[in-house]
Amino acid sequence: MATSFAAAIRDGLATALAADDDVICFGLGTDDPKGVFGTTLDLHKQFGPDRVFDMPTSEAAMTGFAIGAALNGMRPVLTHQRLDFALLSLDQLVNNAAKWRFMFGGKRGVPITIRMIIGRGWGQGPTHSQSLQSWFAHIPGLKVVMPTTAEDAKTLLLGAIFDDDPVIFLEHRWLHNMKGEVPAGDVREPLGKARVVRSGDAVTIVAMSYMTVEALHAVDHLAAQGIACDLIDLRSIRPLDWPTVITSVQKTGRLLALDSGHLTGGVAGEIVARIATDHFASLKSAPQRLAAPDVPEATSPALTKNYHVRAEHIADAVGRMLGRDVETASLVAQRTFPHDVPGTWFSGPF
Amino acid sequence: MNPETSRRLLFDMLRIRSVEETIAARYGEQKMRCPTHLSVGQEAVAAAAGAALRPTDLAVSGHRAHAHYLAKGGRLKAMIAEIYGKVTGCARGKGGSMHLVDESVGFMGSTAIVGGTVPVGVGLSYPMKLNNTGQISCVFLGDAVPETGVFFESVNFAVVKQLPVLFLCENNGYSVYSPLSVRQPPGRKLYELVAGFGLETHHGDGNDARAVYAALSEGVAAIRGGEGPRFYEFETYRWREHCGPMYDNDLGYRSVAEYEAWKLRDPVLALQRALITEAIVTDADVADMQAEIDAEIEEAFAFAESSPFPPPEDAFTDVYASAAG
Ligand SMILES: Cc1ncc(C[n+]2csc(CCOP(=O)(O)OP(=O)(O)O)c2C)c(N)n1
Repeated sequence: MATSFAAAIRDGLATALAADDDVICFGLGTDDPKGVFGTTLDLHKQFGPDRVFDMPTSEAAMTGFAIGAALNGMRPVLTHQRLDFALLSLDQLVNNAAKWRFMFGGKRGVPITIRMIIGRGWGQGPTHSQSLQSWFAHIPGLKVVMPTTAEDAKTLLLGAIFDDDPVIFLEHRWLHNMKGEVPAGDVREPLGKARVVRSGDAVTIVAMSYMTVEALHAVDHLAAQGIACDLIDLRSIRPLDWPTVITSVQKTGRLLALDSGHLTGGVAGEIVARIATDHFASLKSAPQRLAAPDVPEATSPALTKNYHVRAEHIADAVGRMLGRDVETASLVAQRTFPHDVPGTWFSGPF
Repeated sequence: MNPETSRRLLFDMLRIRSVEETIAARYGEQKMRCPTHLSVGQEAVAAAAGAALRPTDLAVSGHRAHAHYLAKGGRLKAMIAEIYGKVTGCARGKGGSMHLVDESVGFMGSTAIVGGTVPVGVGLSYPMKLNNTGQISCVFLGDAVPETGVFFESVNFAVVKQLPVLFLCENNGYSVYSPLSVRQPPGRKLYELVAGFGLETHHGDGNDARAVYAALSEGVAAIRGGEGPRFYEFETYRWREHCGPMYDNDLGYRSVAEYEAWKLRDPVLALQRALITEAIVTDADVADMQAEIDAEIEEAFAFAESSPFPPPEDAFTDVYASAAG
C-alpha cells in the first residue's frame, strides 16, 4: 500500500516512540489538530503528553533543552514547521550540540534529531523557503539528512533518531504528499549511504531531496532520447557517501551536481570541488552544477518562474555536457499545474 | 475623546474589516498566492494605535500586519497589489502579505519570523533619542513574541537606554493552534512578567477601541516626553483561521462557545453602536463610510488585478546596494 512521505514520517516517529521510552517528540504545533502537516498527528494521544508535546515559540531555548535532555539519556526529536524558524537556534546547534562530544574529550554525545521543513513556491517568499543544508553540513559534529522517498523518510528518520550524534533532518514540503511503498516495523537505515536511483554511463547526476524528483523526470526523459545517466540520491549530506559518487564518476567521466540551496558555498560546489581536486583524471569534461541563484526567493509567482532548477534545466545541462541537442519542450508541456505548486493537491495557504 | 477621533476610529476599523473580509472572499480565486494572516476581530488595537501615533512615528510588525499597515496610513492599493505579487505592490512583489512596507507613513516593515522585528523597532528608536526628534517607535507583537529570547533582550536594552519604544502586544490567546496554556504557566499575565524588566506596563480590553486609544494616547505622550519604553497588552480575538481565509473552529483547538462569546464582543459593531447611541454618528454616516470604503476596496483590487507582474529580471535585483556582489 502506498504511503505518503508525511505519513511515513509519522510512522517513523510512532515506531521510535514505541521502540524506546527515551524518545520524546516536541515542537510548535506537534500536538495541534493539524499535527505539522500530518507528520505528528495524534501521536500525543498514543504516547501521552509527557513524550509528545507543544512548546512556546522559543526555538533557541528548546534546542538547548533537547541537548540537555539528550545528555541525560533521552533521544529528543524537535520539529520546526519551517527551516527558517530554526535559525533562531543556531547558537545552540552549532556551539553546543555539534561540539559537545569534541570539547569534552568524547565524554558524551548529543543524540538529538532536529526536523526542519523546507518551503518553496506559492508565496513562501524570502523567510519561509530557505534550503540551507550547506550551513549545517559545514559544521563538524552535525549530521545532515535529506530524504526523497517515503521509504527513506521513515527509515532514515529512524536512523537519525537512534544515531548517537545530532542530526539535522531536512524535509521538503513538496515531498510531503509524494507516495511510495514504506516497510513496516522498526526499519532503521544507517546514515551516510547514497542510493543510485537510475543507472547509466553518460553523466553522473548527484541530487538530494526534492531535487532528485526533478532529476528523475529529466533522466527518464533523456533515456527516451538514448542518453542514460547515473542518478545518485545523496540521502545524507553529511556524512556524504563519497565512494558512491566517485565510483559513478569513474564510470561516466562526467559530473552534474544539483543543489536545492544557493549556488555560492553550496553542497553542489563541495561535490564539484572534491571530484575536481581528487579525481580530475576521471573527468572527460568540466564538472557542472545547478543550484538556486544567489538571491532570496521572492513571494510573487512572477518572480519564482525561473528561480528553481527544474527537469528541463537538468536535461539541458546534460545535453550541453555531451555536446548533444536534447528536446525539452515536451517535458515542460507535461506540467499541467502552475509552476509554484508541487501538484494539484496544493492550494495554500501554507 | 473628541468626536473627530471617534469617527476616525470607526472608519479605520470598518475599513480594515472590509479589506480583510474582501481578501477572505476572494482568496479562493488563487490569484493571491501567498500565506495571508487576517485580523478580523482584532481591528480595535490597530486602529487605536494608528490614531494615537503620528505619521512621523515609526512602526514595525510581524506576520499579521495588514491592520497595522493600514491603520498607520499604508496605501491600500499597494498592499493588495503586494498580496497579488504585482510590481505595483509596496515591496514590488518581493515580499507578499507578510512583508509590508510604507516608509512614507512610517511603516518600516513587517516580517514573518516571530519576534524578528522587536529589536529592529528598538534600534529604530535610538536615533530618535540621540537626536531628540520627538518621534517614537511602535513595535506590534502577538502573544507568542514574549516567548522568544530576543523579545526580552530587546526590552532590557530599551529600558537600559530609556528608549522611546511602545511595545504593543495584541494577545489573542493563540499561537497558530497552541493556546497560551501550553506556552505560559497558569495565571501568568504578560504585562506583569514584562514589568519585571523595569518599565511601565499596562493591560486592557483590546476590543474597546476608545479605551485602547485613551490608554495609548497617554502612553505615547509619556514615551514621547522622554519617560522611556512602555509595554501595552490588549486582549482580543482572531475570528478566522490562523493563516488563510476560512474559519477553523471545526479543528477543535478552541471551543465554539469561546468563539461565539468573543464574536458577541465584535469591536467594530460595538463602536458603531456606541457612536450611534451617543449621536456621534448616524446610520447614514456609517452607510456613507461603508460606501466610501467599498469603493476604495473595489478600486484597490481592480488596481492589483490590472497591474503587471514584475519583470522576470526583478527576481535578481535588490540583493545588494549596487549590482555587484
Ligand atoms: C521563530 C518562528 N517560529 C515559528 C513561527 C511560526 N509561526 C507563524 S505565526 C505564529 C504564531 C504567532 O502567534 P502570535 O504572536 O500570538 O500572533 P498571532 O498569529 O496570534 O497574531 C507562529 C508560531 C515563526 N513564524 N517564527
